[in-house]
Amino acid sequence: MRNKKVTEYFLISLIRLVTYIVVAIVGYIIIDIFIKGLPTLSWEFISGFPRRSGAEGGILPAIVGTICLVTGAISVALPLGMTSAIYLTEYAKQGRFKEIIGLAISTLAGVPSIVFGLFGLGLFVLFFGFGASILSGSLTLAFMILPTIIVSSEEALRAVPVTLREGSLALGASKWQTIARNVLPYALPGMFTGSILGIGRAAGETAPILLTVAAFYLPKLPRSIFDQVMALPYHLYVLATQHPEAEKVLPMQYGTALVLLLLVILFNLSAIILRNRFRKKIQW
Amino acid sequence: MVRTNVKMEMRAVNFYYGNTQALFDVSIAIPEKRVTALIGPSGCGKSTFLRMFNRMNDIIDGTNHTGEVMIDGESIYQNNNSSAELRKKVGMVFQKSNPFPKSIFENVAYGPKIHGIKERTQLQEIVENSLKAAALWEEVKDRLNKNATNLSGGQQQRLCIARALAVEPDILLMDEPASALDPKSTTRIENLISELQKNYTIVIVTHNMQQAARVSNYTAFFYEGHLVEFDKTNKIFTTPIKQQTEDYITGRFG
Amino acid sequence: MTNWREKFIELLLIGAASASILIVLLIFLFLAKEAFPFVLDPGIKELLGSQWIPVSFKKEVFGILPLITGSLLVTALATIIMIPFGVLGAVYIAEIAIGRERAFLKPFIEIMAGIPSVVIGFFGLIILSPVLKKIFQLNTGLTALSGAILLALMAIPTVISISEDAIRSVPKSYKEASLALGASRLQTIFKVVVPAALPGIIAAVMLGIGRVVGETMVVLMVTGNAAKITFNPFESVRTMTATIAAEMGEVAFGSDHYQALFWVGIVLLSVTFGLNFIAQKVLTRYRMG
Repeated sequence: MRNKKVTEYFLISLIRLVTYIVVAIVGYIIIDIFIKGLPTLSWEFISGFPRRSGAEGGILPAIVGTICLVTGAISVALPLGMTSAIYLTEYAKQGRFKEIIGLAISTLAGVPSIVFGLFGLGLFVLFFGFGASILSGSLTLAFMILPTIIVSSEEALRAVPVTLREGSLALGASKWQTIARNVLPYALPGMFTGSILGIGRAAGETAPILLTVAAFYLPKLPRSIFDQVMALPYHLYVLATQHPEAEKVLPMQYGTALVLLLLVILFNLSAIILRNRFRKKIQW
Repeated sequence: MVRTNVKMEMRAVNFYYGNTQALFDVSIAIPEKRVTALIGPSGCGKSTFLRMFNRMNDIIDGTNHTGEVMIDGESIYQNNNSSAELRKKVGMVFQKSNPFPKSIFENVAYGPKIHGIKERTQLQEIVENSLKAAALWEEVKDRLNKNATNLSGGQQQRLCIARALAVEPDILLMDEPASALDPKSTTRIENLISELQKNYTIVIVTHNMQQAARVSNYTAFFYEGHLVEFDKTNKIFTTPIKQQTEDYITGRFG
Repeated sequence: MTNWREKFIELLLIGAASASILIVLLIFLFLAKEAFPFVLDPGIKELLGSQWIPVSFKKEVFGILPLITGSLLVTALATIIMIPFGVLGAVYIAEIAIGRERAFLKPFIEIMAGIPSVVIGFFGLIILSPVLKKIFQLNTGLTALSGAILLALMAIPTVISISEDAIRSVPKSYKEASLALGASRLQTIFKVVVPAALPGIIAAVMLGIGRVVGETMVVLMVTGNAAKITFNPFESVRTMTATIAAEMGEVAFGSDHYQALFWVGIVLLSVTFGLNFIAQKVLTRYRMG
């Protein structure tokens, strides 16, 4: 009996250990980047232009580029994703069409990011002739994050009880009136949570923008959506692997990694907090 | 049924959820400005029957029916009739109170606003009258801007009645409106029903036979999707014709 | 009047929802369109070769076999690492951790999922590879193994969160029945809960593998990018994704090389599509049953 308890305790500790090994490695990565990146982080670094192929100066163009790409992606993906989710939860009847849409969404969610890059290159850069530009990059990223936004919007809509829809319909409201006045207002916070997660993903992705927009070194700000831009993740990649003095620019690499990491963690954390608060607050 | 007009009518209605038949050849004529109670064991089709009259079954995937359903002598399932218009005329109160997570005022004003009333004073008047008609005004008049989900269960249900009244229906469908309430709140709802009967045709589903006996003028007994018997309430409860009805009422099954 | 508006809105929504179908079709179409001419000129046989020499003074060769084996090796290694950590992590979070610990671990896993791949790759380049090089006395730290470790790290959040859902959706009654029969907590977990959740866990692992196969930046940065056929974890390899990312920037549009890279994309898409398709089938059947 005693023996059994000891084995049980030992095995549970083992599982705990395995879990915390993962936590420790991830924690180490985050802390390492914080500690080594913080000294580089300064106002000049954030707001300045790079010099000597990025060996000195700041990363403003990369930050602005990433903001442009994310804004562009979200302004396409959010309306498209939210309306898709409304159709799927409120209108679509069980059947072939709904199944096919579901399959398309899960396929889209599984397409490798580099394949999105190829697709963006073929369709936007070459076929539509947008060239390597903010427009091409944003559209590519938009399609990549579309499934994330659809799925979390669907979840948010389903969380609104059926009784609210019935109550509204029973008063003579039309289907759309019911959705607009008595479903969407309660689902919106959840839908925005999904979009924040999408933003986080779009901001951190490198492969799709590699082929559709990102500039190796372009120390100026974009003027139109047809301009090329630098982007934070690509900039980090370039500094870490392509720079002739990669060893020397290590502080710049860590600084860029930190800014990128902060940006992405900020988005994810705010999405998580927003979602938890929303779940607690609403009771039907 | 001599001196009353027929308000709602069904002729040979069959209803199906997919392949499952829920109503079998139901024909009935429900009198105007009376309370009609629907009784029967759970799953006997009384809720389905009720929801035929405001086309609420339409919102469920894969349902269909045959036969004719009429209100004021007009068939309500013709395609060119909008279900929204119908539901304006036929109010519904659900088993579980479903106040919208909005203020008390906005709950009652929801229907009128949907139907195009925008003027504030007019809305205020409608809200006050509806809450008074639902015997809730005195309790909530000082906190109309508070969230409706904070009301007690009984108050929530009366709010839902007020909300239904605000669109000025002729008919009120009630699906076990008191089943989730304590005895005191139940009595208030029952008194309210007797009061409302003067102006509205009321059809109420109940699993509580005493309640049916107390509030209704007519009673319909359903069993396994069939309308077994329909008559004046005192007749059903004293001298039912069918054996099944008697068994149910005397508590031999169900 | 209102009816017209309602119909219009519904049409609009159908249009939006169909966009996903359209995008998937466009992806397949444009990959095929850019890749197709290769079939006519060097011929599809060219792709089956065992040498990938896209830039050469003599003759360019576009055999994608080394790229496939590269991806295969890295993926297999990553899967071996990912399964114990992902599944046990899920068991721990779903069944053992409670209260505050759970409240910390769940968002931590989500944050982990959000770390950009280029940041993980950067860490691998600067910290992990030198460490591995030292430990195993290698010529280079940029090996299949370094890539696999990092890829496993990236896929673990996927495996954990989907497995955890599966484990938590096992009816409580199963667990209670087992405990009532005198089984210990761990016996209950591994003899009752995990077997019941197995289809979900398998799907989770498959989606994790899908993520590993498609991941680009990490392998581009840390696997050394040598296009050769090997199954030694301590050698450099070059995956399909890394090949596209590294070479697409320098090719002439429409050249044989360009078309060959699109072929690599098609192979990649087919693999991940297959994995996802099966995983989704498993998940939906499991949820229904």
